[in-house]
Amino acid sequence: MSNVILLILQIIGYIFISIGTFFLLLASIGLLRMPDVYNRMQTATKATTLGALSVLVGIGLIDLGWLPKSLIIAAFIVLTAPIGASALARASYKHGVKLWEGSVVDKYKEEKEED
Amino acid sequence: MKKVSNANRFLYAFLIFIIIWCGFTFSPGIKEEQFLQEFTAGIVLSLIAAAFSYQHLSERGLYNLSPHRVWWFLKYIPVFIWAMIKANFDVAYRVLSPKRPIKPGIVRIRTDLKNPVGKLALANSITLTPGTMTMQIIDDKYYIHWIYVHSEDEKEAGDIIKGDFEKYLREVFE
Repeated sequence: MSNVILLILQIIGYIFISIGTFFLLLASIGLLRMPDVYNRMQTATKATTLGALSVLVGIGLIDLGWLPKSLIIAAFIVLTAPIGASALARASYKHGVKLWEGSVVDKYKEEKEED
Repeated sequence: MKKVSNANRFLYAFLIFIIIWCGFTFSPGIKEEQFLQEFTAGIVLSLIAAAFSYQHLSERGLYNLSPHRVWWFLKYIPVFIWAMIKANFDVAYRVLSPKRPIKPGIVRIRTDLKNPVGKLALANSITLTPGTMTMQIIDDKYYIHWIYVHSEDEKEAGDIIKGDFEKYLREVFE
C-alpha cells in the first residue's frame, strides 16, 4: 500500500519538475524577446522563481527525505529573488539606462526632478 | 510599537535558527541517537549565531509568533501562491504571443503600511504578482514598473496592483 502512495508521489514529482523546466525555458525565451532591461527583469524574475520552486518541490516529492531541505531552499528563493530583481532594476535606472521607447509613463523621473 | 526585552528577542532568534537547523539535518531513515547528537550540536551553534545576530533580526521578538499573526500569515500563503501562478501564465502569454502585447511604464502608488518589514513583504509580493515589479520605495510611495499600464492614477493603479495583499499584510505586521 505504501509503495503505491510512494509511486503516486513520484509521478506527481515528475509532473512538477516538467512544469518547472517549462517555466525556466519560458524565462529564457522572455530574455530574448523583450525589448529593454526592465521588461526582461520582469519575465526573468517571475518565471524563474516559480520554475525553481516547482523543481524543488518535485525533487522533494520524489525522495521524501529531501522534502524539508527543499522547502527551506524554496522559501529562501522566494524571499531573495524579488529583492535581487528590484535592486538590479533600480541600479540600472540610476545608472541611466533608458526605458523602451514604447513606454507610456515615467513617474519616477518626475520624482527625481523634484529633488 | 512596544519595546521588548533583549532576552525575548534572543529567544526568538534562537527558535528560528533551531527550526532551520532541524529542517536541514532531518531525514526519514535517521537513527534516534544520531539525531539527538545533531540536535545538540544545533543548539550550541544556534546559541552562538543568535548571540551575534539577535539585535538585527527582529524588533518585536516572540510577539511575531502570536496566534493571530501566524493564522493570517497561513491564510496569506495560498493567496500569494495563486498570484504567482497567475503571474506566470501572464508572462507565458506575453512572451509567446506573436504581437508581444506590452505597454510598459513606471507608475507610483501609495501604501498605508508603517512597519518596514511589512513594506518589504508588500514589495516582494508586488514583484511576484502579474506584470509588476517594485523599483524603489520612498517613505510610503512605491515606484512600480508595470508591463501593461492600465491606469496612471495613483489610487486606481494601487487598487489593481496591491489587490488583496495589503489587507492580509496589515493583519500580519501591524
